[in-house]
Amino acid sequence: MASTTAPSRNGPAGRQDTPPPHAHPSGPSVWRSRLHRWDTKGTPYALVAPFFLVFAAFGLFPLLYTGWLSFHRVSLYNVDRAEWVGLRNYTDLFTGQVSHYFWNALLNTFTLGVLSTVPQLLMALGLAHLLNYRLRARGFLRTALLAPYATSVAAATLVFALIFSPEGGMANWFLGLFGAGPVHWEAGRWSSQFAISVIVTWRWTGYNALIYLAAMQAVPRELYEAAALDGASRWQQFLHVTVPALKPTILFTVIVSTIGATQLFGEPYLFGGQSGHQGGTDHQYETLGILMYDQGFHSSMLGRASAVAWIMFGVLLLIGLVNALITRRLRASQ
Amino acid sequence: MTTTAPVSDRPHRTATRSSVRAGRAGGQHRAGPLAHIVLGLAALASLFPLYWTLVAASTDSHAVVSSPPPMLPGGNLFENLTYVWHNAGGRGMGVALLNSTLVAGAVTVTTVTFSVLAGFAFAKLRFRGKKVMLGLVLSTLAVPAQLSVVPLFILTKNLGLGNHLGALILPVLVTAFGVFFMRQFLSQALPTELLEAARVDGANSLRVIWHVVFPVARPAMAVLGMLTFVQSWNDFLWPIIVMNGSTNPTVQVALAGLGTGWSTDWSVITAGALMGTLPLLLVFALFGRHIVGGITQGAIKG
Repeated sequence: MASTTAPSRNGPAGRQDTPPPHAHPSGPSVWRSRLHRWDTKGTPYALVAPFFLVFAAFGLFPLLYTGWLSFHRVSLYNVDRAEWVGLRNYTDLFTGQVSHYFWNALLNTFTLGVLSTVPQLLMALGLAHLLNYRLRARGFLRTALLAPYATSVAAATLVFALIFSPEGGMANWFLGLFGAGPVHWEAGRWSSQFAISVIVTWRWTGYNALIYLAAMQAVPRELYEAAALDGASRWQQFLHVTVPALKPTILFTVIVSTIGATQLFGEPYLFGGQSGHQGGTDHQYETLGILMYDQGFHSSMLGRASAVAWIMFGVLLLIGLVNALITRRLRASQ
Repeated sequence: MTTTAPVSDRPHRTATRSSVRAGRAGGQHRAGPLAHIVLGLAALASLFPLYWTLVAASTDSHAVVSSPPPMLPGGNLFENLTYVWHNAGGRGMGVALLNSTLVAGAVTVTTVTFSVLAGFAFAKLRFRGKKVMLGLVLSTLAVPAQLSVVPLFILTKNLGLGNHLGALILPVLVTAFGVFFMRQFLSQALPTELLEAARVDGANSLRVIWHVVFPVARPAMAVLGMLTFVQSWNDFLWPIIVMNGSTNPTVQVALAGLGTGWSTDWSVITAGALMGTLPLLLVFALFGRHIVGGITQGAIKG
């Protein structure tokens, strides 16, 4: 084995296919070729193994386990005792004792999703368009727009909770300047959902703008030149050159934002302070994520929480299906 | 030594090429004053809440909610930070910062390492079942975190990992995003001839990975590392479930404790928010340009 340690000092340059020191026909060369075969055959699996081990233990197993749990009654304080209840957890949610909270949370997830995703992506598209011009202080503007991304849900939400606070909050002071307000932001259905959407939008608009910017820079210049020759204004160029070229990217961000919105949890949880775990004093901004947390880790109904989680998964699969259909349509039309 | 030269040379060349592409824009027109004003306002809207966190954290509990709100930093910053440092989350923000650094650091190291290895296999090696496996990696991107929270809670409780930092590290040792990100990067940046040359020279897989793959992957490793660190530092749902009420919290759990407690002393809460965000903003100030490049690079291919 002395022969293999020597070349290692020379890095990959080391020669091993030059005549080995002991040239027995059944000696180290057979071993080496066998090792080589194992190396090329086995290495790829060894390289991907860590991911699949983690995936099996913390991705696939929980997925199935959550499904199994959703048919059981399991207490937070005695997790090892699961009692079979069939579809009870699901019927409780759809038509039973907690159905009011479930449908309310489903609707809130939808309205909060629309409120925080649509303006966010539209603004990101506009900002990216402007960033794509030749600018003064381009680097500063990009970095400034991305700065909110570097804050956490917790830090950002707490600061905005102060801004929207009913006593001495900056939002109400600002409205007061125009003779409006004060608004009790947390109490109202729409005012609270608006406030939460502002937090989400603040954190993610710049991030999406940069994604759009990258896609815009890949659009061939000649397309704009041709459009300009045809007399298209800048606005028309944006509508007829930029937006169509960005279709796949826009779809990508819509999907990612929708997935994020479906799982909304930290913002409503922290915005509500004491009542955050149930999505507000009157459940007015309770999302599916909050409902799952509240059922499982406040009401100690882990089985029912699992059912909520599986319903969320179903919603996401549905979104994925719609996405696939739209993508196919788009491809067919091109 | 002649064959080692291109090994260390190539990655540099590819790195500069891609950074030029990411750095220089193809902007067609010079922007007018209106565009500058709009972008300036957007930048202001992005930065103002951060500045205002500093202002609020430097006032006292009365001044912070006075009308008109304070716009300039007050004199209580040190006092508030000291209070948070000693009291937030039971044992103080210092412990929480240390815990978050440990968790995010460990997650970053393992995610980057394992992502390079798996990404390399998916990008450049041939093996049975590769397509199916890659499909599995991609499909896990869509599985929501909520789905695994209850079983993981039970699992960690049975493993005796409740309230233990390990419970925060284990489930995210490597992510599907990281593997996919590295695959995309390496399939472009790593020349197949380079691998073949190293093979012909008799290098085994371990050596190829160490001397060729890792050097080439370095710029992408930096980007993935930063993205992973930020994400792990900011993770909320799982930590709040497994570490709730813990005396050994991460930054986010400590902050949640400040925000959902009975008393709302906003100057203390914002001091906590400031302290919990400062390390990330520091990373961002130092490497912001690379993060910008990373997001634009990763996204266009995602």
